[in-house]
Amino acid sequence: MTTSPTEPVPRTSRSAIPSGDETVTAANGAPAVELRAVDKWFGQVHANRRVDLSVSSGTVHGIVGENGAGKTTLMNILYGFYRADRGQILIAGKPVVFRNSGDAIATRIGMIHQHFMLVETFTAVENAMLGAEGSPLLGPAGRRARRKLAELEREFGLQVPMDVPVGELPVGQQQRVEILKALYRGADILVLDEPTSVLSPREVEGLFRILRTLAGRGKTIILITHKLAEIMAATDRVSVMRSGAVVAHRRTADTTVSEIAELMVGRQIRPASRGVPVEPGRSLLDVDRVTVRDSSGVARVHDVSFSVRAGEIVGIAGVAGNGQSELLEALAGLRPVATGRILVDGEPAVSDSRDRRRRGVAHVPEDRRRSGLVMPFRACESAILGYHHDPRYGRGLRLDWPAVSSDTRGRMETFDVRPANPQQRTAELSGGNQQKLMLAREVERATKVLLVGQPTRGVDLGGVEFIHDRIRSLRDAGKAMLLVSANLDEILDLSDWVMVMAGGRIMGKVPAGRAAERDLGLLMGGVRKSDVPDRAP
Amino acid sequence: MSVTAPDPVSGLPRWSVLGLLPGLNLLAAFAACGLIVLLAGEHPWQAVQVLVGGAFGSAEAVGYTLFYATSFIFTGLAVAVAFQCGLFNIGGEGQALIGGLGVALVCLHLDFLPFLLLLPVAIAAAALFGAAWAFVPAVLQARRGSHIVITTIMFNFIATSIMVYLLVNVMSPAGSMQPETRAFAEHARLPYVHEVAGALGWELPSSPLNVSLILALLCCAGVWLFVWHTRAGYRTRVVGANPAAAVFGGISPGAQVVVAMTLSGALAGCMSLNELMGVQHRLVLEFTGGFGFVGIAVALMGRGHPAGIVPAAVLFGALYQGGAELAFEIPAITRDMVVVIQGLVILFAGALEYMFVPALRPFLVRRAVD
Ligand SMILES: Nc1ncnc2c1ncn2[C@@H]1O[C@H](COP(=O)(O)OP(=O)(O)OP(=O)(O)O)[C@@H](O)[C@H]1O
Ligand SMILES: [Mg+2]
Repeated sequence: MTTSPTEPVPRTSRSAIPSGDETVTAANGAPAVELRAVDKWFGQVHANRRVDLSVSSGTVHGIVGENGAGKTTLMNILYGFYRADRGQILIAGKPVVFRNSGDAIATRIGMIHQHFMLVETFTAVENAMLGAEGSPLLGPAGRRARRKLAELEREFGLQVPMDVPVGELPVGQQQRVEILKALYRGADILVLDEPTSVLSPREVEGLFRILRTLAGRGKTIILITHKLAEIMAATDRVSVMRSGAVVAHRRTADTTVSEIAELMVGRQIRPASRGVPVEPGRSLLDVDRVTVRDSSGVARVHDVSFSVRAGEIVGIAGVAGNGQSELLEALAGLRPVATGRILVDGEPAVSDSRDRRRRGVAHVPEDRRRSGLVMPFRACESAILGYHHDPRYGRGLRLDWPAVSSDTRGRMETFDVRPANPQQRTAELSGGNQQKLMLAREVERATKVLLVGQPTRGVDLGGVEFIHDRIRSLRDAGKAMLLVSANLDEILDLSDWVMVMAGGRIMGKVPAGRAAERDLGLLMGGVRKSDVPDRAP
Repeated sequence: MSVTAPDPVSGLPRWSVLGLLPGLNLLAAFAACGLIVLLAGEHPWQAVQVLVGGAFGSAEAVGYTLFYATSFIFTGLAVAVAFQCGLFNIGGEGQALIGGLGVALVCLHLDFLPFLLLLPVAIAAAALFGAAWAFVPAVLQARRGSHIVITTIMFNFIATSIMVYLLVNVMSPAGSMQPETRAFAEHARLPYVHEVAGALGWELPSSPLNVSLILALLCCAGVWLFVWHTRAGYRTRVVGANPAAAVFGGISPGAQVVVAMTLSGALAGCMSLNELMGVQHRLVLEFTGGFGFVGIAVALMGRGHPAGIVPAAVLFGALYQGGAELAFEIPAITRDMVVVIQGLVILFAGALEYMFVPALRPFLVRRAVD
């Protein structure tokens, strides 16, 4: 992504070229953002169809829609990342043409990507300054940046530690740094694409408080999310997209979750069947006093013990960054275990992901972009990662692409990946469809254990139901399932047992039925409850 | 850096990406070259005529062009294979030199073998020696994280020094002052294409083009098969595209680095067959002539794909052959200016390959929509 080395500049920037129409003036009351009849094609895919969108200044405007509906594409057009094939963008009533995101930033648009664009080894101040230093000498620029950030912090209630490398901050705070960075560049319009998918409920609350304050001070917020409760909680208005087109605008106060859901998919969403839990069988995954260290030798998981039995789903809740990721990676054989043992179906397992796969342990990694998929590859190439030695994909040394392709097509159809085209570049699938592709690869392969991190990250409502059904039916088929998710509702929905991790330790394990959200909240805060049984009976 | 960075050519029709853009880039390069020729006080059009005529004007010229292209195919493939694994192999020069040492050892000491046995042994030696020279930096990268760019550059220097030592002190015949070995036996030489053609009753003028061109084309097919149609090639590409995903998939990046680099070194080593067994018929100093570096440009222009590397290699062969002609025919255009012209082609066709995309996109995309 390009960031132009410009200081925040006034709204009438030279790089935002007014496209001719002299009669339009920035009249008072003009919407902050207006898109008129925007069309965008990717080859044969009509990603945006004559989209009209108008967002009033000082409001939080939600955008919802199924996976692949065109939300991210539309925002990328607004942010100058793509160019619309047809249509017009008006900012504060003024037509603009963005050649790149530098132009958009100069027009006071800021974008907070789902995957943070931060330099992890830099502090908040350094990240905010990056590309907007304003002078060749860093000393004075740094002091100026610090002063300005302090002002922004005060004005919007956005507290973050200024001098800690952002990589060491929890996700929620990293996100605040992103917001600060955008504000530092003078953003009046903030676009957030699925900002809540990796946040814990408490962090989501914090984010929404910030968004409210920002809107109250006249900033305009565009919020994309798949969680309709969040739309109800945080937005003033909401636009619904379907197959590239905007099909409805509503005032949030005048609508309901079920109306939005119906507008999105064009039918009613049936509630998930909870399934009949089976009697758990023998233990398929045993974790025995496991300690895991990161590459710099710091212990991230301390002396953790638990087991997961056949026909049981155990969820791990907790604020991201409390050792869940390291634990999951160690269980998947991707990280060495410093002390302790991991047993799969009673046998000790070595730290090797190939060995896990052979033993019937499948793993859906938390971050599909970092390690789960290969973005520049075709979908069918991403769909065999880890299973590329499977004899069904060709004999001997050769990979039989027609076989790979037809196998992938089947998986894509089962998991409703759209378009179900194995030749599509992975990066060109929408976020939710990428997630479904990864699930399609892993879920069926779990003959004994399924390890899942953030299973429905970025997946739409219907997709979530489908995936949850799938996970439950695996459970009912007698697999052992370990689920890590920042989404507490998802954990409560799916799990039979809930464990909470804080500071690398398991604070407690409670049966999901009894797991009152308040108790879990306490556990997440690191309060160990003595009356919470430590092991499954 | 950005995870959502769009492919610069996404959405453009295929024909424009594969045909129109490279063509335009080449035209731009020639326009810039024309300016240089003008500055030198010569007629650009005349220079073009000399250059093209020198490269393609006669069967002999074509032979020379393809002779150079043969070496460039080998070194271009070498760079491309390493690049698929995310590695920048700058060491083609050194690997070709050491490969040449292998060829010379076979041709000098095993020449009691008949040609048909000697040939595969010589090919194996070229590949093995070249691979060995790439193996060491590969292991250093895989085990110790020593950057392959640095180590392969160093290994170029080491290879040159070794060759000087060997040719001056060990391998030159007694009493000779030349840093070169004795000539290979008659049957330890590769047949020229004009000889083969002559035997088949087709008269061609003599040129250094020899049968190693066939081996180069076979290598193209081999690389294509390996990279896109084998499991090892798949693993290599995963490591090149996303090492974290490789680890997730149970693929060891270190092991793939070693595989890709040794293969790359083997291909670079094979370039010495063309030069030594094909033309020089002895081991001489510096027979690689910088072709290992040209391979980088060839791989870049050919987008790392054999189907692109062959035409790119022919283009550079033509620039070499036509350029030599140019420097010879038009004295105002010196050898150095020919290098400048070659550099401009690399700049426009390789480094600035997407320069015209923003300007062309509106035309191409609107046409695709309607
Ligand atoms: N660079 C691209 N090249 C080709 N097709 C693309 C590209 N980017 C997006 N698409 C396609 O455009 C459509 C809309 O994608 P987009 O990412 O905007 O969806 P989305 O609404 O953000 O979905 P999600 O909720 O899954 O994130 C999808 O069909 C997608 O496959
Ligand atoms: Mg999206």
